[in-house]
Amino acid sequence: MSTRLATQGRLINRDKRLEFTFNGKRLQGYEGDTLAAALLANDQMLVGRSFKYHRPRGILASGSEEPNALVNLGEGARLEPNQRATTTELFHGLTATSQNHFPSLEFDIGEINNSLARFLPAGFYYKTFIHPRFAWKHVFEPFIRQSAGLGKAPKEADADRYEHFYAFVDVLVIGGGVAGLQAARAAGEAGARVLLIEQEPHWGGRAPVDGAVIEGKPAEDWVKDTLQALEAMENVTLRNRMMGAGVYDHGYALGYERVADHIPGSDLPRHRLWRIRAKQIVTATGAIERPLSFAGNDIPGVMLATAVRDYVVNYGVSPGDRTVVVTNNDDAYRTALCLKRAGLDVPMIVDVRPLVTSPLATEALQAGIRVETGKGIAKVKGRKRVTGVALCLQAGEGSVIEEVKCDAVAMSGGFSPVVHLWSHCGGKLIWDEANAHFRPDPARAPTGAQGEAFVVTAGMASGAMTTGEVLADADAAGKAAARAAGFTPRRFAAPKAAEEPSEPMAPVWMMPQGASYDLRMKMWLDFQNDVKVSDVQLAAREGYESVEHTKRYTTLGMATDQGKLSNINGLAVLADALGEDIPQVGTTTFRPPYTPISMGAIAGEARGEIFQPLRRTPIHGWHEAHGAHWEPVGHWRRPYAYPKAGETVEEAVHREVLNTRRRVGLLDASTLGKIVVKGPDAGRFLDMLYTNMMSTLKVGRCRYGLMCNENGFLSDDGVVARIDEDTWLCHTTSGGADRIHQWMEEWLQTEWWDWKVYVANLTEQYAQIAVVGPDARHVLERLGGMDVSKETLPFMGWQEGKLGGFDARVFRISFSGELSYEIAVPASQGLAFWEALMEVGEAYGMQPYGTEALHIMRAEKGFIMIGDETDGTVIPQDLGLHWAISKKKEDYLGKRAQARSFMDNPDRWQLVGLETLDGSVLPDGCYAIGEGTNANGQAEMFGRVTSTYYSPTLGRGIAMGLVHNGPQRMGEVIRFGTPDKSFVEARIVDPVFYDKEGEKQNV
Amino acid sequence: MKRYSAFAIAKEALNNHQGWKRAWAKAQPKRKYDVIVVGAGGHGLATAYYLGKNFGIRNVAILEKGWLGGGNTGRNTTIIRSNYLQDPSAAIYEKARSLYETMSQDLNYNVMFSPRGVMMLAQTEHEVRGYKRTAAANAFQGVETEFIGPARVKELCPIMNIEGPRYPVLGALWQPRGGTARHDAVAWGYARACSAMGMDIIQKCEVTGVRSEGGRVVGVDTTKGAIDCDKLAMVVAGHCSHLAEMAGFRLPVESVALQALVSEPIKPCMDVVVMANTVHGYMSQSDKGEMVIGGGTDAFNNYTQRGSFHHIEETVRALVETFPMISRLKMLRQWGGIVDVTGDRSPILSKTPIEGIFVNCGWGTGGFKAIPGSGWGMAELIAKGHSPLTDEFGLNRFTEGRFIDESVAAGVAH
Ligand SMILES: Cc1cc2nc3c(=O)[nH]c(=O)nc-3n(C[C@H](O)[C@H](O)[C@H](O)COP(=O)(O)OP(=O)(O)OC[C@H]3O[C@@H](n4cnc5c(N)ncnc54)[C@H](O)[C@@H]3O)c2cc1C
Repeated sequence: MSTRLATQGRLINRDKRLEFTFNGKRLQGYEGDTLAAALLANDQMLVGRSFKYHRPRGILASGSEEPNALVNLGEGARLEPNQRATTTELFHGLTATSQNHFPSLEFDIGEINNSLARFLPAGFYYKTFIHPRFAWKHVFEPFIRQSAGLGKAPKEADADRYEHFYAFVDVLVIGGGVAGLQAARAAGEAGARVLLIEQEPHWGGRAPVDGAVIEGKPAEDWVKDTLQALEAMENVTLRNRMMGAGVYDHGYALGYERVADHIPGSDLPRHRLWRIRAKQIVTATGAIERPLSFAGNDIPGVMLATAVRDYVVNYGVSPGDRTVVVTNNDDAYRTALCLKRAGLDVPMIVDVRPLVTSPLATEALQAGIRVETGKGIAKVKGRKRVTGVALCLQAGEGSVIEEVKCDAVAMSGGFSPVVHLWSHCGGKLIWDEANAHFRPDPARAPTGAQGEAFVVTAGMASGAMTTGEVLADADAAGKAAARAAGFTPRRFAAPKAAEEPSEPMAPVWMMPQGASYDLRMKMWLDFQNDVKVSDVQLAAREGYESVEHTKRYTTLGMATDQGKLSNINGLAVLADALGEDIPQVGTTTFRPPYTPISMGAIAGEARGEIFQPLRRTPIHGWHEAHGAHWEPVGHWRRPYAYPKAGETVEEAVHREVLNTRRRVGLLDASTLGKIVVKGPDAGRFLDMLYTNMMSTLKVGRCRYGLMCNENGFLSDDGVVARIDEDTWLCHTTSGGADRIHQWMEEWLQTEWWDWKVYVANLTEQYAQIAVVGPDARHVLERLGGMDVSKETLPFMGWQEGKLGGFDARVFRISFSGELSYEIAVPASQGLAFWEALMEVGEAYGMQPYGTEALHIMRAEKGFIMIGDETDGTVIPQDLGLHWAISKKKEDYLGKRAQARSFMDNPDRWQLVGLETLDGSVLPDGCYAIGEGTNANGQAEMFGRVTSTYYSPTLGRGIAMGLVHNGPQRMGEVIRFGTPDKSFVEARIVDPVFYDKEGEKQNV
Repeated sequence: MKRYSAFAIAKEALNNHQGWKRAWAKAQPKRKYDVIVVGAGGHGLATAYYLGKNFGIRNVAILEKGWLGGGNTGRNTTIIRSNYLQDPSAAIYEKARSLYETMSQDLNYNVMFSPRGVMMLAQTEHEVRGYKRTAAANAFQGVETEFIGPARVKELCPIMNIEGPRYPVLGALWQPRGGTARHDAVAWGYARACSAMGMDIIQKCEVTGVRSEGGRVVGVDTTKGAIDCDKLAMVVAGHCSHLAEMAGFRLPVESVALQALVSEPIKPCMDVVVMANTVHGYMSQSDKGEMVIGGGTDAFNNYTQRGSFHHIEETVRALVETFPMISRLKMLRQWGGIVDVTGDRSPILSKTPIEGIFVNCGWGTGGFKAIPGSGWGMAELIAKGHSPLTDEFGLNRFTEGRFIDESVAAGVAH
């Protein structure tokens, strides 16, 4: 059984007991435990079920490489599926449940897949479930979906909050083991701004567990001293519980800080995502132990040798009473010795190497441990817990020499440097024959904008294997990073460590070497996804021989541990099956994040109301107080209408139209884009931008203009006013303001950079209010201060001055066909001005109107709306806007495009008005349907509705549309198809439905 | 070709699965082929497949610089739908969608086409109008689609928050027979079928030059030597400009990185595909249980197959807002692909200035769904000189100004 020991446990506080539950069972642990350690202390080795075969699974590792021990953590609004027990700090009241089983962890019906495993090899689903056709969607797939998936799907919105941090540093050191500490120190001493991050809550990494001796003192003490030294440096920042998640171009790195996972319910954000810009990045990310591939290596109780040691030393927990150690290298001997020292039984060390004479081996023998060399494990016995192992010759086919009773197996297949962060941004690897692992190739580092390397590795992450090598490498890395960041490293020597002589490891990818198929189909490579040696061999046989094909065909390395334990082992099996060398086969691509990070952290603070910036006009609050029904327009909110009590939105819209047409209405037009274009070349610039001539506009006058893109399509429209000799004010559509501003900048910065023009987007500097209707002038006269008569301020003119005491710029322009003034006042005076207008307007029955009334009135008048009549495929000529296209100008954006054969052709869909025969409203967006079909069997379409409304003014439906050769077809009745395939007839008419002569706006 | 079936698996199981043959043969280039297809992505393989199947042209080589299916075909989020707006698009995407319905049977390879339904959310009035317009067009283009209201949206996808404070869901364009398929299986299934017809699929064979004589193609240079051909189809997505340059012409295409990501797998909670274009994100749940999420394209051209992280942020933010329950899930993996984008967001399936050379590219962010239809039309174009499915997608549309713009009705083209 696994249990808590009376001694050891450097990370736990035995004075502080914590209660938690697992599958409803009430259990106890200590402060400082991980959930995995606490589970083991309570003899809970069985913690989950595998993905495909639902095999019982136990804790395998002690860190983020753990593939099995995933739990549903918490409940309700704090439920987190797939949380790794090995990286979950225990807290009081923690609740966890195991995953992927029904009805219970101990008895899982899904385990039937295990008995059928022979029939479910890699990729079986590609070869079956093909017939009958409907069955995939309705029978097989639902079944597969149900049995796949791991954790529970959360049902509630997240109760926690998240935030983003930014950091700018000279040197980012990722990993707080002895290598990271030394690298940070070396860089810090050189004067660089250093950020050192460590994913665990503790510093020092493996060295204190392994009993390393540095500068003559235990690693534990050296770590403490070094930390103190680092904390004393002002230019060094230390953060633990923070993982380096990804390295991106130009020294951009992501840090994932788990601020409050261990103190849920505190008012801190749960996670922080750090976006770090570093001149240099040092990855001191250590190495991960590899499992060995022998039959039954997934049975609960089989663990990584370093993990076993971690549990004993760090948490005072023994995973088993009798532990067999199996290895191909010296390091696992430390585990055997550590168990022995803790008073536990180690019946045998099984070493594949024929001869082992290193000091560690001698020490093991002296401690009375039986060492069997040249041997391997043929098979692990047990189902939900190891009961023993069968010993065999490594060089043989698996005939059993002896059976050894035990309840745990500690295995070690060697170490692979953590190269993920190095590789994310293009760092390359080399194969290290001696250690049988890939390590970073310093000659091919990720490079920055100038081609300079910006990542260096330190310690075991570089492939250094002893503490002495690790420290020397890390010291050099820290200094190199500082130097590359522009600092001069100090000449302190790297710390020295006690010698750790060892015997070379022997690569072993299958145990025993000549294992039969039956054994191979029980050797797990990817524990979570249930990929075995036999699966990789099958993939190779079937031609899925690229490592990426194998990965995808078998799902090797695609589980939530991202193949940290399985990649190299799988690769080696593949290489062997193909008869190629491992480096020739190559690795799959390493992709961020290093370990999974929460969506919440990625999303950050931007939730709900502040999900995206909400832009408010200065009058927003007034609208809200007066019951505005809102419409989102870009990031703005605009009142759609102002329904009164008892009124529907539609009724309100109709009232607003009629009131404006008959009396006077008020519109908040502040969202309208307002871009100032200024400079000696401004006129020339605008002549290029607009299809019509803007340079000839007189000061004090306005002109309606059109803008096209390079392809000739109409992209925006608006009224331009000339302010003075070299200043123009361009109004754009509300949605177009930012886009057009960028468009102007793009041309000025990339094509016409030598033109003397400045542009500034003043949209938010002004409130703009339209006073519209027959009584508009009276209202302004009431306000007083400015002559707004027809003579002084004629249609399409503007003037500046005081209006009712406000600084105002008044434009005589109209988008409704009525007498209309648009008045700009400084944003800060917007609300006061609006209220002043409302007050004087009362006598004239003035009411505010919203965007829908605006749309209806412009449609009644036959004015086009960008986004309705245009959609990126319409040219001004289609809309009968020839009059706004200058014939005199040599060029404007879009002119050349419009000369192309399909565009310079009257045979196009063109703007018309449409009226149903019975006065009803044409459905939105429907198409004019002809007779017959095209070559692809589609009904022939020759036009479409672009805007359609009920006109309260005319008391009937009106519409605008684009119809093939429309203007030549006045009076013709055509039919429009609706989505339910019925038809509505409509007559082609003039698009101007109201005041065709334009008398009303020009009074 | 040994047929795949449950029976075959059972039989093999007793034989320790030692009897399975290669899914596609290992091939060395011959001296000459009738048709060379460059690029063993979905489109290249489907082109070859229909050349053989519909036109009996089997002396075909498919050359791939890496591993087959390793381009965008193996990197995409596998959304399949055909409710496009413009006639030519609706025609080719619907042809493709209908071929997906029977692809598993046609190829005897389970590509897991799952018509679970695709909805595109309308979150502004503008989008509502745009999607109503698309629904109206689709009704007469033979595409089964429907504009649905918010209540139905919620019923089809209960994990969605339709009342978000910023962009409440106003409705959706719903295609009930849209869905997803297993991307690798599409490539592998076609490859197996092509190989069975005697075609050569040659991997790790990069085309490095295109040879022509008197305005006519005669062959290609590759990392495995020179190979002759009568006709050449360039089907290399993001790298099409390079290939065109080798042949001496230019394409109106930009190559940019597009990213995607998946969450850790959870039990089934989402049975439809949802695209939210206003907030910009889309999501579905794979059969493994991962939430599959697609992001945006970088604003600058590049070939690195990595994207800028802020796009991931924007997408995830949008989806956390739309599906609040995903906030406590974790992102497992992110990646990028180089997509080939044209000015009107529609593909190019065309003859070229060099006789005998055909291009199939420009699928941009949304070509997975088109693979079988594109292969079908492309094969006809190569074999017969034209095809109603491809005629409108010719290169001449750019010089004539006859665009097929799909970005118009509030839509993006995934
Ligand atoms: C992240 C992402 C998400 C996407 N999501 C979707 C989606 O949900 N739905 C959808 O419909 N589409 C989606 N797409 C788009 C879709 O993936 C592509 O449009 C489609 O896969 C393109 O297929 P292809 O065969 O043209 O290109 P690819 O699959 O890229 O194949 C081209 C092949 O050509 C090879 N090649 C290149 N140069 C040479 C050379 N010189 N010699 C030999 N071979 C060469 C490449 O190695 C590659 O294998 C997405 C794309 C990405 C990147």
